[in-house]
Amino acid sequence: MADRLRPGVGPLEFGKRRWLQSLFLATLFVLYLPIFVLVAFSFNEQNRGGVWRGFTFENYPKAWNNQSIFDAMVNSLSIAVIATVVSTVIGTTVAVMLWRFRFPFKPAYEAAMGLPIVIPEICMGVAMLMFFNATGMTSLFTGTGWPLNLSTIIIAHIAFCFPFVAIVVRSRLVGFNKQLEEASRDLGASEWQTFTKVLVPFMQPGLVAGALLAFTLSLDDFVITFFTAGPETVTFPVKIYSMVKTGVKYEVNAASTVLIVITIAATVLAMKMQTSDKPGH
Amino acid sequence: MEDWKSNSRVFATLAAPGTVWLLIFFLIPLGFLFVLSFSEKALIDGQVSINEYDYLTGFSNYIRSINPDIISIFIRTLWWSALATIACLFVGYPIAFGICFMPEKWRPLALLLIVLPFWINLLIRTYALKTTLGTRGVINTALGWIGIEPIQMLSTTPAVIFGLVYVFLPFMILPLYSTIERLDKSYLEASLDLGASQRQTFFKVTLPLTMPGVVTGIILVFIPCLGMFLIPDELGNTRSWMIGNVIQAQFGASNDWPFGSALSFILMLLTFLVLFMQWGFERRSKGVKAT
Repeated sequence: MADRLRPGVGPLEFGKRRWLQSLFLATLFVLYLPIFVLVAFSFNEQNRGGVWRGFTFENYPKAWNNQSIFDAMVNSLSIAVIATVVSTVIGTTVAVMLWRFRFPFKPAYEAAMGLPIVIPEICMGVAMLMFFNATGMTSLFTGTGWPLNLSTIIIAHIAFCFPFVAIVVRSRLVGFNKQLEEASRDLGASEWQTFTKVLVPFMQPGLVAGALLAFTLSLDDFVITFFTAGPETVTFPVKIYSMVKTGVKYEVNAASTVLIVITIAATVLAMKMQTSDKPGH
Repeated sequence: MEDWKSNSRVFATLAAPGTVWLLIFFLIPLGFLFVLSFSEKALIDGQVSINEYDYLTGFSNYIRSINPDIISIFIRTLWWSALATIACLFVGYPIAFGICFMPEKWRPLALLLIVLPFWINLLIRTYALKTTLGTRGVINTALGWIGIEPIQMLSTTPAVIFGLVYVFLPFMILPLYSTIERLDKSYLEASLDLGASQRQTFFKVTLPLTMPGVVTGIILVFIPCLGMFLIPDELGNTRSWMIGNVIQAQFGASNDWPFGSALSFILMLLTFLVLFMQWGFERRSKGVKAT
């Protein structure tokens, strides 16, 4: 095979192989074409038909003024924000606990913590649906108004987000020099002071990465939300789902484009933070 | 690492929130699912009740699952998930490999470009796919320009499998990238220097050493494929249902929660079986560890 290489391409310079380059570009094309089409049609003039009629910004104010799309978006973002805050706190305590302590049945405990990550979403979704119905929580929160009527969704989101946060934060803690913690305690700091002044600053990049992961997971979730949403609560993914069923208007494209921009900004931000904050030991 | 008894107050404070949440809002719901899968709808005055159940009546729902229709849907689910996983592997491996051999400054960007769609909402991506593949979608419009009749792409089996690949490809590329990146390239040089061909080097050196990444990628794609109901729902037709669709129907139109619970449990067991196989593989393998 080596004799068939173009001149100037070494046997290990796979990055210069034409077929690998073309495959890479072709994959990017396939990955981005649908997204590009969706974004492009958010600027399309006439509704339906899937034919390009002319450029306009109109769909954006229309989406903004469409009460049901707007509400769904607000719901999605509020759920994501609340679920992120709570799951970051819970995930961090779990991570610190698992990193610091030895206790009986630890492997079993860790396996249980990993369950929300590995079991199929639909199983978790139907289990939560059943639980909320049987305990009366669904009816309890129905009619309580925003944001309490989102409680069941938020609870379910926290349940699948915090184990992810725990994993991210724990992998950050691996690089921690335990002597810093000991020094802090030797110098008379309390447990709480050591935690807030030594451990939290060290964990910070992990906390941010974990929080951003939780935020996107929550914003992205459809399956579990679909099953746990009360009768009067619609999130953005659930809204798209029902609109796709009934025939979509380009306002959805506009709202989706906004959400895509938010997601991409959050992802790029997270990547930037991870590369600029390599564990500093 | 400290023993929990040495500082039990701190241990309890740290352990409480996560444990309580996991117990009440995850394990107990799973318990409900488990109990209901062994229950039946109650008969009240000879009528089947809509939402009352006779609990723990036996294995009837599991016995009902052993019927040709359900079994064929399970087999289809496994088969399609396997096809999608294999397609992801065949596309993902060369791509991950190529990225690892790019100039260093391009690697983060290349990886970001591949992973970015994964962060975009699944519903938005599915909807985007649907509009692109439609009879009057962009592809068929483009085909029309060169005089080709529109092709029916939506509501077909290939569309479902393509959708699965489209959605889960980044899951395959990420673990592969992280293992191939840590592969000591001097092994490849040594193999080539000692006279092995590129093909031999790939199959005897590269692939065995990156096998853990391959296994992780397979798991990360295969398992979510098993439970998927959105893609078959949107891109397929009623004959392309996967088990996720059947489960969803039991909690929707068919309103048969006990049967749906039993199917969910079978699906969960399948997932654990796959994970168990991975665990068995990891115990034997000695390659570059994927994380």
